[in-house]
This record gives sequence, structure tokens and C-alpha cells, in this order.
Amino acid sequence: MSVRPEPVIFEYSRPGRGASDQWPAQTAHLSELPAELRRRAPPLLPEVSELEAVRHYTRLSQLNFSIETHFYPLGSCTMKYNPKACNQLAMLPGFLARHPLAPAPHGQGLLACLYELQEMLRAVTGMSAVSLTPMAGAQGEFAGVAMIRAYHEARGDHARREIIVPEAAHGTNPATATMCGYALREIPVAADGDIALDDLRAALGPQTAGIMLTNPSTLGVFERRIVEVAALVHEAGGLLYYDGANLNAILGKVRPGDMGFDVMHMNLHKTFSTPHGGGGPGAGAVGVGKRLEPYLPVPIVTREGERYRFLDEADRPHSIGRLSAFMGNTGVLLRAYVYMRLLGREGMPLVADMATLNANYLLACLMRAGFDAAYPSRRATHELVITLKRQARELEVTAMDFAKRLLDHGMHAPTTYFPLLVPECLLIEPTETESRETLDRFVAAMSQILQEARQEPEQVRGAPHNMVVRRLDDVRAAKQLDLTWKPTP
Amino acid sequence: MAFIPHTAADVTAMLSTIGVERLEELFEEIPRALRIETLPGVPAALNEMQISRLMSERARSDGQPLCFIGAGAYEHHIPAAVWAIATRGEFYSAYTPYQAEASQGTLQTIYEFQTMIASLTGMQVANASLYDGASAFAEACLMATRLNRKSKSLNILVPEAVHPHYRKVARTVIAHQGVRITPVPFDARSGRTAAAALEAHANEDITALAIQQPNFFGVLEDVDALSQWARSRSIPVIAIVNPVSLALLEPPGGWRGGADIVVGEGQPLGIPLASGGPYFGFMATRQEHVRQMPGRIVGRTLDLAGHPGFTLTLQAREQHIRRGRATSNICTNQGLMVTAATVYLALMGPQGLERVAAASHERAHRLIAALTRHAGVRRAFSAPFFHEAVILLEQPVAPVLEALAGEGIHGGLDLSRDYPQLGNALLTCATETKTDEDIERFARALGELI
Amino acid sequence: MSQIPSDLKYTKTHEWVRTLSDGAIEVGITDHAQEALGDLVFVELPEAGRKVGAGEPYAVVESVKAASDIYSPVAGEVSAVNAALSKTPELINQDPYGAGWIARLKASDPALRTGLLSAQEYEQHLAAEDH
Repeated sequence: MSVRPEPVIFEYSRPGRGASDQWPAQTAHLSELPAELRRRAPPLLPEVSELEAVRHYTRLSQLNFSIETHFYPLGSCTMKYNPKACNQLAMLPGFLARHPLAPAPHGQGLLACLYELQEMLRAVTGMSAVSLTPMAGAQGEFAGVAMIRAYHEARGDHARREIIVPEAAHGTNPATATMCGYALREIPVAADGDIALDDLRAALGPQTAGIMLTNPSTLGVFERRIVEVAALVHEAGGLLYYDGANLNAILGKVRPGDMGFDVMHMNLHKTFSTPHGGGGPGAGAVGVGKRLEPYLPVPIVTREGERYRFLDEADRPHSIGRLSAFMGNTGVLLRAYVYMRLLGREGMPLVADMATLNANYLLACLMRAGFDAAYPSRRATHELVITLKRQARELEVTAMDFAKRLLDHGMHAPTTYFPLLVPECLLIEPTETESRETLDRFVAAMSQILQEARQEPEQVRGAPHNMVVRRLDDVRAAKQLDLTWKPTP
Repeated sequence: MAFIPHTAADVTAMLSTIGVERLEELFEEIPRALRIETLPGVPAALNEMQISRLMSERARSDGQPLCFIGAGAYEHHIPAAVWAIATRGEFYSAYTPYQAEASQGTLQTIYEFQTMIASLTGMQVANASLYDGASAFAEACLMATRLNRKSKSLNILVPEAVHPHYRKVARTVIAHQGVRITPVPFDARSGRTAAAALEAHANEDITALAIQQPNFFGVLEDVDALSQWARSRSIPVIAIVNPVSLALLEPPGGWRGGADIVVGEGQPLGIPLASGGPYFGFMATRQEHVRQMPGRIVGRTLDLAGHPGFTLTLQAREQHIRRGRATSNICTNQGLMVTAATVYLALMGPQGLERVAAASHERAHRLIAALTRHAGVRRAFSAPFFHEAVILLEQPVAPVLEALAGEGIHGGLDLSRDYPQLGNALLTCATETKTDEDIERFARALGELI
Repeated sequence: MSQIPSDLKYTKTHEWVRTLSDGAIEVGITDHAQEALGDLVFVELPEAGRKVGAGEPYAVVESVKAASDIYSPVAGEVSAVNAALSKTPELINQDPYGAGWIARLKASDPALRTGLLSAQEYEQHLAAEDH
């Protein structure tokens, strides 16, 4: 990994320079562009040769940690290997060149892949129907909660104005509830990591539209009383929404539909290994039980005999509507399809097995090395939470300091400070694609940092030392906003 | 299988370290009744050779037709370097850049992207992307209500000449927050939204006005008049624009009435049609509105040693901190597409992008001229257009398109469902990718069908 | 150990209240709150003249890791805001009870100042929160 800072691309610009092989020939005149609409000053875009552009962005890529270069145990993100086949096959010319509005009879190959993906997702989730259109988990959540709202409104039940969310929930959950016009009701989590049933009972009532849950929860433990939770919520007339972020822990072993969930989203960029791309694109397919089928967002793929086509608003008049201009992140869906075909029915439970094995192995090794588990009496699922509260108090070294020092050891840090409930926490998810040796190296690095925190704490507090930049001043970043490059006058 | 490295020996050793005998014990907290033993709905695993063959057959069966469809997604030449770089593992398999020191590549790329988008749109700041143009428009509607708190109506004027799917997506997203859309008709002769049509709302409490340039029909709106109508009434303007067209057209920041929020579909910037996605939505705004803008934003700052570096900033607006009071619930966005678009714009530069826009404009005019040579085919609208236009046939469009598709030509979009008042209307497009021979082939085939 | 001046009143949501000689009240956030937030980067101030209800949020303080609403302890009207905070939000960190004051409010009904804690009660509240 090169550790040289790279100037901003505009600093390479020279007037008149450009990758002219990529440009069409100059057009003689512009037939119908009214003069008053013409652009008056050219936009600020780089003027560089093709080699300069390629070299610049290649060098920038080398400044990143990524799954392909580093162990990346971010909890709740499922940073597993993104198979190259998924990328190559999703980008076959026949799929890549197709316009989204091209006629269905000439897209049967694509539609077959999407239909089969819907069916496989139904099977692993235990849901009755799936829509592939939401473009990320958050959009999937929006669709799910909007469907809950549509369901209650169709029944004429307008009293249900609240969504219940455990206090440990991921931030998208309450943000989504608000976007759908609901009020939030937060309930606490008990000391053992499960939802406090008494608090749940107290929160339920005729005002309850539903509850949003993850299982395993954001605390890295399985909600043991989920069947009871589902019964209580249904009895009160509410519906259960499943946040599928942690599906990797139970893939092929437990189905959210069987747990009592009425609606869910899946994160195809987590469980089904589509690339994270530096912040997307993802795909947040949604699944529903029979009750909510009429409300699924469109378009959905259907099969009629041997032919496939899209169902849209005309076919599904009660749908909550469209979420994207076209049919969502098709390329991502194709990658997930290839991955699921490579896993097959045998491979899915194996994913859950090895992901869980890896997380429990890490938990055992870290505890042995002197770290505190947040829930020491519980099994880890596919991820685990440790708390550095003691170290923060005794050595004045925080979870953030540990995270930054791990970068110097050539590993991406785990998730820090989430879940919010556990102070000074690290949420660690190794995934099933990591070997035992990698996990041992991680534990060794953590032990070394702990040792260093005792003997030379300044090294840890001032980390990272070996990256292209030192720790960045984010207070300055927010106060002195520098969000675009400006030429020096 | 499943890309799992563990051998039986690994598993045994690891179980021993954990202190259990069997893997099953790790799942003992899960109620037995919930456990499934088989997955009947999932086929047996394929190896890479087998799935490659299946996918190749399916991709081949869809063929590679000649595409004249626009309607919000446009075929442009994409330099090979764009995806060679974007699919580098360091960009492709990196996460959201929360640990800034380990993500300077992604962060700097986004900073450069923000700079390019801000300049293209004539605004001062841009975000790191939203899902697509339609959802970006929905987010812009919500942002406009936050900017214009004085307005209580939550009523946004949206011309009917704005992309029908954008209006549908906006309705789906904003309905639950009490925001509504009021349509503004277009002039049947010109295809433009007349400022006179806005006059019907002159004394109402309007929260915002949306203007799409070029509009869904490809027609160039009188953006100065429309934006000025809004500005003179202190109504915020949401501009929806095609980023390639901005190489030739004055951007919203320079419209007579200006704009407050600019959004659009970024797909034309180096993103393949790819059957509909992933694309990306861009959003830009004025400096003073930056805290109301959803999505991620990258800023440049200094590190402990006083050297420049990049980091996510203004995160307090986002879901992972503000939770229920966040500007949006957006988390994952379209990072990889932004990387590709940034490389594309660096390769094209101002000259190259202008050439693409100009060539597309010229090709589309040649196409319309060729098609309207036939009796029975005429232009629907009189106003100037950018790179797509509506033509009217004297017979239903659907069977004509079906027959053309049978000959490997995708002729355009049938508008009869979304705009029945236009009659037998077809929206057709040509970009710099279409040669004289391509256009002749389409014109000849159409001639034989009508 | 955070500072809790004994001559002020407090709310459970970590605001302090000072009664001014003309009957208006001055408000800000406590030392505990500024410490928890970290370096403040931005303060969203209301316009003078804005009406507020008791318990209603009327301002926002933002740090890199959090954005917190400021709640009004009374129903009434904003009579003044500390404009210096627009340029220098860190005044709240440096001097939360003095130069870091956020706003002045005129209560519409002086009797309606319910639920305010004394310095001692606020100290107990902090201790209970930090279990």
C-alpha cells in the first residue's frame, strides 16, 4: 500500500489538455439551442490526459483499505469476500447494454434471473412474496413501514400512530418511522441483551402500528423470546418488521417468517455479498407475508407459463408505489443472484455455521486475552460486542484509540460506538470467509495494543501513525466547511 | 464451497478453543422449533463454470439491439478506463469511509466529485449521491419544506412535463409527511410549461416549484421565466437536470430566478444502462442550505500533523446520529457509481463533455429529420429539444415498437399510457453513439411498418 | 465532576435557567451537556419573537458526534438570542453558564414554570442517569 498523499485532480489540469480519444468529433453547429439558454462559462472539470487520470485514480485507490486488501471486521456490515464471478457475470454485455424500458419479450434472460432471485429470497426468509426494487436497506425499511401503514389504513384503523423500536436499534429504524409519519416509542433492552417483555407489554396498545426488530439483535445476540414477542405484538393488533442486516447469522437455519415477522428487508450488499463500493450501491429487497402482499412496491417480476414480465401499478393497484425511476439496482441484484446460485441450498447454512464459529472463536480468544465481552453469558451470533469501558477508565485509552491503532497493524477497525447502549464498544463481525490465521492475527494485534496502552499509552492515543494521514480534525471539518476545491486566485 | 476457507481440522481446533464439542452447541440459544433442516425453494449449488454458462446463455438470449430509448436513461460511450478503475478491489470492496484514515482514496474521490457537480450545476455545494434521480427529487421535495418553513401548505408545484416516474416516486416517499404535489399542465403545441400556467397559483401558498430541464419530452423549457416567477414570490426552486446537457446549457445557478436545490440522474456520466441500475442521484444546493441537505458530505480538513486530509462531515444530520430527527433515513448510497462518474468526468473534461452533448443534440436532430421524412410521422412539439423528442404516428405505437424490436431495434417509449392526451406518441432519442447507418436503418424499418 | 452553579435552576434535559431582573429568563445547556456533546460546531438559533410552547424544542446544538434539541422550560416568546454563537459556537464549551447563554425567553404566564430542578436535584438526576 502506497503511503504518499495525492494532489486533488484539478491540480494536474492544464488548459487544453484532455483525453481526446474519448471524445466524439466536433459538431459543426447546434441546430436548435436558443442562445439565451446556452452556458456562459465552462464548468470546472479536470483537463488532464488519460494517463494522468488513470494514474491519479489508481493511486487514490491504493490509499484505501478494502476487503481485497485487509481484514475488515465491521460489525453489522458483513464484509465477506465479493466473488469476482458475480461482478463479471452481472456485467455481461447482454445485461449491461439493456435499457430499463426495453420491451419484456426481449429481456427474458434478465427477467429469469430476477424471478429466480425473488424465489430464492422467499425460500430463505419464509415470506410469501418479494419485491427487489428498494435500492438500499434504508429504502427497504421505508417500504416495509409504508406497507404497514397501508395495511392499517386499508382496514380503517387510523388510531395506530406509533412504531416501537428497541433502544439498541440502528439509526435508520427511527429515521424511517419518522419518514412514514409515525411517532416513536423506544423500549429498553434487559441486562441479558433480550427485549424487556414487561416494557414491551406496557408500550403495546391500540396506538401500536408495529415494531421494528433485528434478530440476532444489534447487540450480537439472539432474541430468545422472539416467538413470545411476536405473539404479544400480534395480539395488540400490530405488525412485526424485521431488519435483515444480521441475516448472515441464521441463513439457511432460521427463517424470519417462521419467527412471526410480517415484513422484512434484506441487505443484499451484506448477506449476499454484493460489493460495498465505498458506500453503495446496495439493494434492500423486501419480503412480506400474505397480509401485506397487495402493498408491495412495484415493479415485481412474475412468471406466466414460460414467459416473464414486470407487474406494475396497473397490476397492483394497492401497491405503495414506485421507489425508483426504473426497477432498482438491477446490476446489484444480478450479483446477488450469481452468489446465491454459487451457494445453493447446501452452502447457505454453511455460511451461518462458519460465520458463527468465527465470531465465537474470536470471543473466546479475546476474553482470554483480557478483554470484556458486553454479554459474557451469551453465545455470540455472527458478531460479538466487547466493551473497553474498563480500559478507558484505567488507562484513559478509548475504543476509538484502539480502532485507530488497529489501522497501523494493517487491519480495518471493527464498528465503534454502536450499539449505543454499550459504552466504549467494538462490534466485531469476522464473516465466514476469513481463516483462523487471520482471526489469530487480529487477536494478537488487539493484545499488543492493550499492552501498549499500559506501557506507552500516548502511542495508542495518537494513532494512527503509519497511514497516509494522521487522525483528522473533524471539528475543524464541520466548522470550517471546505466541501469543494477552489482554484487559488 | 461458499468461499469458506475452514478445513475439518480448523473447525475441530476452533471448537476446542471455544470449549464446546459440537458446532450445534453454538446455536443452542435459538429455539429448536424455529430451526429448519432443509431449503426446498433453493436449488443445489452450481460451481463457477456452471453459473458462467447459464448467465452467458441468458445474456446472449437478450441480444444487443440498437437502442433509441431515452426517457431518463441514456446510452453514451463509456471509456474503458472508467470501469477498469471503478472495479479495482480497493474501490469495489471498500466500505463507507467512516474510518477516514483508511479511506482517503474514496473520500478524496468524493470531494473531487462534489466539486465537479457543484460547478456543473452552478451551485456551491453537492453531496456524495443519493439512490437515483427520482429518489433525489423526492428528497429535494422534503428538503424544500425544511427550507420554506413559512409556507404551511406543503404544496409543491410539479409540471406534468416532469418524468412520470419521478412524480410517482416523489408521491410514494412524501405522502406520509403530509406533502403533496400539484400538477402544472404543459402547452400542447410547444411541449413547454408556460409561465402562464403557473399564474393560476399566483395567490396561493406554494412551498416550492420544480422545473425539469430538458423536460421529459426532451423539450427545452423557458427556465428564466419559470424560475423568475418563483423567485419573485419567494418560492424555492427545485431544478431537475440532465448532467451532460449542463455542458451546453446554462446551469440552474445561472437561471434568472436561480435555484435552491438541484437534482438529477447521474447515469449519463459513465454508468451503463445495465437494465435500470445501479445509477445514482446527485444533489447540489446553495451554501446556506447545506445543513438541510440529506446524504453524505465529504470535507477537507487537517490532520494532527497539519497535513490536509478528507473526512465525512456534517454527520450530525444523518441517521446514525440524529436518528428520529435525521434529514433522511439514507445510509448506503451509490458510492461505486460516484467513483465511476468522477473518473468519467476527469477523462472527458469540459471539452469532451461539451462534445458529447453537442454530438447527441446533432444526432437526435438528424434522427427526427429522418423519421419525419415519412408521411404519417410528425414532430409533436414546436419548441427546441436537446437530444430526444416526441413524434406522432397515425397508428397505435405499441405494435410498431413490437415489430421494430423483432428486427433488433428498440425505437423508443410509447407515451400513450402516461400521456393519453397526446395520442399515438413515441418518445425517441439519439446520442453520440448512433451512426448515420444506425439512423437510416431505423428510418427505413419504420417506413416499412407505417 | 461537572459544574452546577447553585443559583440556577435546571431541567431533566440538561438546560439551565437564570431569572433576569426584568422577569425574563436566560437559558443555556449545562456543563455536563457540553462535555457529553464535545466541541460544538454549530448552533441553530431561533428568530427573536418566535413563540414557543413549554417543552417544545426551539434550538439545536451540533457537535461532530451529536445534534441535540434545546427545549423551552416555559411557554412564551423568544426575546433575544446570543448571536455570538453563530461565529463562535465553542463559547458554550468554554463558558456554558456565562458567555455561552443561548436565548432569553419571556414567559406568557409567569406561574407556569413547572418541573425545574434545583442544583442539588439536578446533581442527583445526573448521578441516577450514570448507572
